[in-house]
Amino acid sequence: MEEFVQQLTNGLAVGSIYALIALGYTMVYGVLKLINFAHGDLFTLGAYLGLTLLTSFSLQDKMGPLAAVGLLAIMVMGLVALIGALLDRVAYKPLRDSPRLSAVVSALGASIFLQNTVMLIYGARFRVYPQDILPRTVIDFFGMPIPLMRILILLVSLAMMVALYTFIQKTRIGTAIRAAAIDQGAARLMGINVDRVILIVFMVGPALGGAAGLMVGLYYGQINFTMGWVYGLKAFTAAILGGIGNIPGAMLGGLLLGVMEALGAAYISIAWKDAIAFMVLILILIVRPKGILGERVAEKI
Amino acid sequence: MMTKKKGLAAIGVLIFATFPLWMKYVRPDDVRYWVDVINNVGLYAILALSLNVILGDAGMYNMGHAAFYAVGAYTGAILNTQLGVPILLALPVAGITAGIFSAIIARPVIHLRGDYLLIVTVGVGEILRIALINDVFGITGGPNGIFGIARPEFFGFKIKRPDHFFYLIWGFAALTLFLFNRLKQSRFGRALDYLREDAVAAEGSGINTDRYRLLAFLLGATWAGMTGSLFAAKMTIISPESFSFWESVVIFMIVILGGSGNMAGVILGTFIVIALPEVFRDFASARMLIFGLAMMVMMVFRTQGLLPPKPRKFNLPKLAEEGE
Repeated sequence: MEEFVQQLTNGLAVGSIYALIALGYTMVYGVLKLINFAHGDLFTLGAYLGLTLLTSFSLQDKMGPLAAVGLLAIMVMGLVALIGALLDRVAYKPLRDSPRLSAVVSALGASIFLQNTVMLIYGARFRVYPQDILPRTVIDFFGMPIPLMRILILLVSLAMMVALYTFIQKTRIGTAIRAAAIDQGAARLMGINVDRVILIVFMVGPALGGAAGLMVGLYYGQINFTMGWVYGLKAFTAAILGGIGNIPGAMLGGLLLGVMEALGAAYISIAWKDAIAFMVLILILIVRPKGILGERVAEKI
Repeated sequence: MMTKKKGLAAIGVLIFATFPLWMKYVRPDDVRYWVDVINNVGLYAILALSLNVILGDAGMYNMGHAAFYAVGAYTGAILNTQLGVPILLALPVAGITAGIFSAIIARPVIHLRGDYLLIVTVGVGEILRIALINDVFGITGGPNGIFGIARPEFFGFKIKRPDHFFYLIWGFAALTLFLFNRLKQSRFGRALDYLREDAVAAEGSGINTDRYRLLAFLLGATWAGMTGSLFAAKMTIISPESFSFWESVVIFMIVILGGSGNMAGVILGTFIVIALPEVFRDFASARMLIFGLAMMVMMVFRTQGLLPPKPRKFNLPKLAEEGE
């Protein structure tokens, strides 16, 4: 029982990280019908920027751990959002009217480019996050010790997801995003500035991805320049699992995938941990390509 | 005019075919190294040509080509080390195994739209690599792979030096070029052209698009499998690392940058992606960065690649009075 709860909470923490990344895929897909392959690398960039800011300012000495991490998160999210917007302008905007698969190749190129930029700047080896930023408290949960970090990650990501959901559902900009996702042409005729909507999507998604990168750094303590690819693929699987283009779907898919992976690694085989996500991906695309909650069907030709 | 062009081409081929001979005088110290580089180019060229059938001709985004390469390499290596089958005889078996594997994979997902197919093939490649590392089949040697693959023999002649392999690999590449070129002119090639440009219209004209797609996939994978066996013979040792996701990316990049659908473009792409970084070795670590950038720039300014295919030409039968 204890192992089960440990794996479950671990899966939920990792799953909420997947969910945060998946939101970026799903939002871009919703509006542009483009799989932004470079999204995983924006996530990596978030992790590395977090490390740089953390070690260069040493904020935790000046303002206490929680406030420091909060401020750090805001800075990382802002920077990654800017890079996301820049990426759209450089790699995707010139291709708006080209065949969609050109944009996919451009996205792959952007992914390779970003990943190698990180490698050339920070080196190819694993980098270690300072271990003493957040206290390694363990709280007692019905007699079972659960690391505080897991609960924090889960709570913070849930808060971000709720904030995003409210933003999409209740604000004027959110309404514009939803309209552009349904029909760009009609949205344009209704006076919505679709270009601005796309820009916002390319800032919000990467900001969440950057936050997820910071969380991975804080949770696992080490980061690598290639990690964006694996996390990106898993988050993309999560987005498809929930139904791509569907925001609650991405959240559900992320949590579900995280739990499946943690339980699979614990009870089936740890060696197959990474394969589980890919098998889920292939199965879902064969059996139910529109995902659990999705309305947007993976078009068949 | 035509004969002049053919003459130049013949001279070019002759210069290239004697590469190991004259390189001895140009770079006497590291001739083996440079011949080996060109051998690698040859292997990648065959791989890229085989992917070109799937990606360039049929328009299916396959980014797990290394998986079929791996299946072929492992089949060849296992047949050779366990059963003592000469590697060149194992070559067709390796191809067929890779082809069957690809058919099982492709059958259920072949309808999926481009970017989804891409993700699925990436997933297949990763699952296979993890399966190889975990030694699921019990005969692949886990993370260490298989070693001690015997050198190939050609009618009693033992192929072991880089310049021997040069003729084996590039001979196979030439055969590939010839066969694929014939195939392109055939009914099969025309059907692929049609379904890539407009699948619905092709279906409407009575082309069984699913069948042709599957056949293209099978053919590309079979060829990659045979190349895998050649690779195993050249290296004498194979391990899961040789078939990582990045191999698939590199092959994919070659086809896209060179000009998908045009074999000359694919060969040019191979030289640029594989041989050029060897010449500019100071920039070796920035190789992928430059290629990533090139992919983005290329999509914006020249979507079709460096050497795109020329439109198909049909020679009308000459009128009677113009004939001889």
